[in-house]
Amino acid sequence: MSSRLSVNKTYKQFVGGAFERSESGRSYPVSGAGGQLLAHAVQGSRKDVRDGVAAARSAQTGWAARTAYNRAQILYRVAEVMESRRDEFCAEVLRAGDGQSEEAAAKEVAGAIDRWVWYAGWADKFATVLGGANPVAGPYFNLSVPEPTGVVGIVAADEPPLIPLVSRLAPVIVSGNTAVVLASERCPLVAITLAETLALSDVPGGVVNIITGRRDELAPPLAGHGAVDALDLSGCGPDLGADAARQAAATITRVVSASAAERQWAEEAAQSPYLIDAFCETKTVWHPKGR
Amino acid sequence: MERAGGFNLEYAPAPESVAPVRLASQYGLFIGGEMVEPAAGRLSATVNPATGEALAEIGVADAADVDRAVAAARAAWEGGWRDLPGAERAKYLYRVARLLQERAREFAVLETMDGGKPIRESRDLDIPLAAAHFFYYAGWADKLDYAFSGRRAASLGVAAQIIPWNFPLLMAAWKLAPALACGNTVVLKPAPTTPLTALLLAEVLRDADLPPGVVNIVTGDDVTGAALVAHPGVDKVAFTGSTDVGRAIGAELAGTGKRLTLELGGKAANIVFDDAALDQVTEGIVNGIYFNGGQVCCAGSRLLVQETVADTVVGKLQRRMDTLRVGDPLDKNTDIGAINSQAQLDRITELVASGVAEGAELYTPPCELPERGFFHPPALFTNVSTAHRISREEIFGPVLSVLTFRTAEEAVAKANNTPYGLSAGIWTEKGSRILWMADRMQAGVVWANTFNRFDSASPFGGYRESGYGREGGRAGLLPYVELVA
Repeated sequence: MSSRLSVNKTYKQFVGGAFERSESGRSYPVSGAGGQLLAHAVQGSRKDVRDGVAAARSAQTGWAARTAYNRAQILYRVAEVMESRRDEFCAEVLRAGDGQSEEAAAKEVAGAIDRWVWYAGWADKFATVLGGANPVAGPYFNLSVPEPTGVVGIVAADEPPLIPLVSRLAPVIVSGNTAVVLASERCPLVAITLAETLALSDVPGGVVNIITGRRDELAPPLAGHGAVDALDLSGCGPDLGADAARQAAATITRVVSASAAERQWAEEAAQSPYLIDAFCETKTVWHPKGR
Repeated sequence: MERAGGFNLEYAPAPESVAPVRLASQYGLFIGGEMVEPAAGRLSATVNPATGEALAEIGVADAADVDRAVAAARAAWEGGWRDLPGAERAKYLYRVARLLQERAREFAVLETMDGGKPIRESRDLDIPLAAAHFFYYAGWADKLDYAFSGRRAASLGVAAQIIPWNFPLLMAAWKLAPALACGNTVVLKPAPTTPLTALLLAEVLRDADLPPGVVNIVTGDDVTGAALVAHPGVDKVAFTGSTDVGRAIGAELAGTGKRLTLELGGKAANIVFDDAALDQVTEGIVNGIYFNGGQVCCAGSRLLVQETVADTVVGKLQRRMDTLRVGDPLDKNTDIGAINSQAQLDRITELVASGVAEGAELYTPPCELPERGFFHPPALFTNVSTAHRISREEIFGPVLSVLTFRTAEEAVAKANNTPYGLSAGIWTEKGSRILWMADRMQAGVVWANTFNRFDSASPFGGYRESGYGREGGRAGLLPYVELVA
């Protein structure tokens, strides 16, 4: 008796809360650790990047206007949904990865889930820790608060497949930014599975947009887009990083990249409230005191 | 001018004495604790903009000089400054603050002679705030362990700092104090038209026994700045100036791993609601745009007035402008001094002409300008559209554009309708509206019922094309440290 034929998933990009193919109609083969074909991922285009930025832009004001408590619960919900699909994530990481062991895959998934929990708790605390009252030399009330900078472009590191993406995405959106992510070029599939959990976790459409495809082709237009306010280029090599940073300079867009310590992805050093701060603007408000 | 009941109400001249200032005829570069000649021997005059006359000849550093300065800074960092206990770095900075306070009058007069700003401002704002900045960051030097949660702050190395001409000593203090407090060494490049107070500061640093090479000051031009930014021995670049130069520096640093913070242009909205205290507002608007002759990146250059009170506010403004005294910056009664340079005056004049040509209505009070030097009367444009150049481009002069709005939503949309995002002003007696508006301003500094207030404890810096990074307060430490777990 023949075994049941499996139903294979089509991995599409995630833009504005919807799963879509590229407007260019392109795809590229993605193979696993053993060289076997896993799927054809979408090979996104510059136009897809622009669509992602547009979706992120229109979602940003609403996301930032949510209460910090609400964003905290939504990020925590992402952890809940990932936990419930833990086996699936583990299997996918194992399939996609660079030949890591089952234990390593399980550790990566657990670390990624815990990272969402960690950042969820920061939503209603980072402003307390990073901002505050300033004792100016005069009769003025003076308060500094970190605010989300707006739309952040993230170029995810290639490997491992999951935890680098989560480690850079969570601190960006927790403050109220929205994101356009270029997924790992070599292991893009698990990023799309992550998108499915985001879609099930009350993360509003457009808050996270995930484009798959060729990094060399897509990072420069993402970096040079006028509506992108900050960049995390952790996934760019030296040449591509320099090219993207040059594009970013034209619109005075700040560039952030993971330090060597932060690339110890499973370690505590990879998470920090200062990563939230890196994608915030400090706003300082003055008002005179008087009767 | 104005007479009432037969009394002449004009102010008698009240010139500040220039006696405290001892100018040399020629100044070199401050490298490794010594004043040295520029390698190629190039000099350039710095001019008193109130008279057009040269004050002194200043060295123009070339790439070889920059190389020497960076090497001196590197040697000082590796040779002890980075390992000096914070408490010791603090004491050096406290010394600098005290020496600046002691010589405040001399610095104020020199600042006004070299830059053209009214002595009232250099005396009451620039110099005291510069001293306060050193005093404030001195106190952080040995408290960095308390500044960052769960992280230790390590110094970066050599910081290249390029500063503008509108607040010469104050900008030097804003750059130097946090960099030194965090254990970095510095190569500072003052603006070509205002090098003198930075060079006098070199004397203060020596008197404070600051180790040689911890601060190096290279005067010069664009070539000097470009050589400094591109130098491979530099770990961090901090720049205050135009957005175009900021773009070029960003492109130059791409892929080098050098850190960068930018404090660039602005086109701030100053928003007046109909319930505001209008006499107080009038003073605030005047301070917002005519302070330092409008040569301020955070100047409130776009006045947004609620339609119902627009005519009243413009009338009050024009009456107040009639009483502003334009002239000799060294006169203690002067409100608006000289424009910093002929080039800046030309830019202001050109933009004012564009406003007239595009159909806006210009008002300038009847005032006599000095025959020599670079002066521009306070100017106000009404009938301005959001498409006019004067409401979009940074003028950096005493020129105010008046626009109107009906609803708070419209005020927000108009205020944020600019690529810049440095500052904003809100005038209303309604507290909830202040907070609602402040939340929506895309600006790093929001002044409510006040404008142009600065403090060493208060972070300053912009959103969007006004740059990134903050100066002042705890946030002002971040650009100068690496956080280590």
